Amino acid sequence: MPHDHSDHPHALLPSDPALRVKALETILTRKGLIDPAALDEIIDTYQNKIGPQNGARVVARAWADPAFKAALLADADPVLAELGYYGRQGEHMVVVENTPRQHNMVVCTLCSCYPWPLLGIPPGWYKSDAYRARAVREPRKVLADFGVTLPSETAVRVWDSTAEVRYLVLPMRPEGSEGLDETALAALVSRDSMIGTALATPPNAKGDAA
Amino acid sequence: MSRLHDMGGRIGDGPVVPDAPDAPVFEAEWHARALAVTLACGSLGKWNIDVSRHARERLSPKDYTRFSYYEKWISALADLLVEKGVLSREDLMGQGSEALHELAAKALKPEAVAGVLAKGGPANRDSAIAAVFKPGDAVITRHPGGSALVDGGHTRLPDYAAGARGRVHLLHGAHVLPDSNAHGLGETPEPLYAVSFKASELWAHPEHPNDEVVLDLWQSYLEPDPEGAT
Repeated sequence: MPHDHSDHPHALLPSDPALRVKALETILTRKGLIDPAALDEIIDTYQNKIGPQNGARVVARAWADPAFKAALLADADPVLAELGYYGRQGEHMVVVENTPRQHNMVVCTLCSCYPWPLLGIPPGWYKSDAYRARAVREPRKVLADFGVTLPSETAVRVWDSTAEVRYLVLPMRPEGSEGLDETALAALVSRDSMIGTALATPPNAKGDAA
Repeated sequence: MSRLHDMGGRIGDGPVVPDAPDAPVFEAEWHARALAVTLACGSLGKWNIDVSRHARERLSPKDYTRFSYYEKWISALADLLVEKGVLSREDLMGQGSEALHELAAKALKPEAVAGVLAKGGPANRDSAIAAVFKPGDAVITRHPGGSALVDGGHTRLPDYAAGARGRVHLLHGAHVLPDSNAHGLGETPEPLYAVSFKASELWAHPEHPNDEVVLDLWQSYLEPDPEGAT
């Protein structure tokens, strides 16, 4: 049944990838199977509306509100749904907390599973062969590629997203962030810190680094 | 043997190259169109997410290696559209009919996009199969790996974790089984667990004795591990 064709139909389209997409979009549009305006709407959604700012708000609130954090870690779905952060590729969320003893990092070795409603579309490196191949076997060397070094008392737990469950890392609140409100806290939460390839940014370093 | 997409643990890939903080969401306009065309075609109702993933995995090893990420998406989509009878090979060559398609009424409309994306597609289901493991239980994964249902078929048990001893960390409830759903064999939901494995169980040269990897694995991928009973 899983039939490996030597003559995959895609080879009938132009070989240049941009032209290949354009050709398929044109064919489908002419037949009324897709509406280019709907495509524009999808792109606008992930380019401008849904992105890591959503996840950063959740993290900032968890740092600021212990009851919210406890509920989020215990059962994320109802908490996130109440904030409106539910949807495609985020139907089953688990939030995992970084501590001095444990650092969490998320990968999808088989494809590119990622919590879209909280982080948007994954960056190129998350989908790269190098990340998918290496994150499970040598996470500390991968972290070094991001300029992150963990102390030896910190264990690394890598979550390979093999099902429809999506993972969000709750990074440790950085020192020096006491007294900041949720908006200021959210500005310290990078996308990569919620994947687990970065730490949250200390307030004094804001704007300096990635 | 597994397919090329099953690359967890593979040796020889170079460094991971982080993007710039101000990098655009889509590196090129055609990446955005490829994603949007693929999502929009999902509304035609001719396949599910597991069929769609499997279509990308089934690209020939040569194509899987040389195609960039969104090239895989658009090529697998073209293959699926023909396999499912939505388009013909003549259509792809630009020689097909331009009449309105019989599925045109299903086309995703711009005003429906927000609702469709917000609704998502949950994978949890009621299941008659009771959970036989609980958090803390010692388990061993199926070996050899690969699909138990279809020769060369889709599975979500990565090869690096086949035949490995781990412990149940979480029970997620019952979820659609991709091994079945990717091949039109039904959703056959069963209990899904997060299972943790010591790095030393998976790799000859683990980086740190306390590191571990957690995978989401279905009950049929797992057996009780009598040696891990304590």
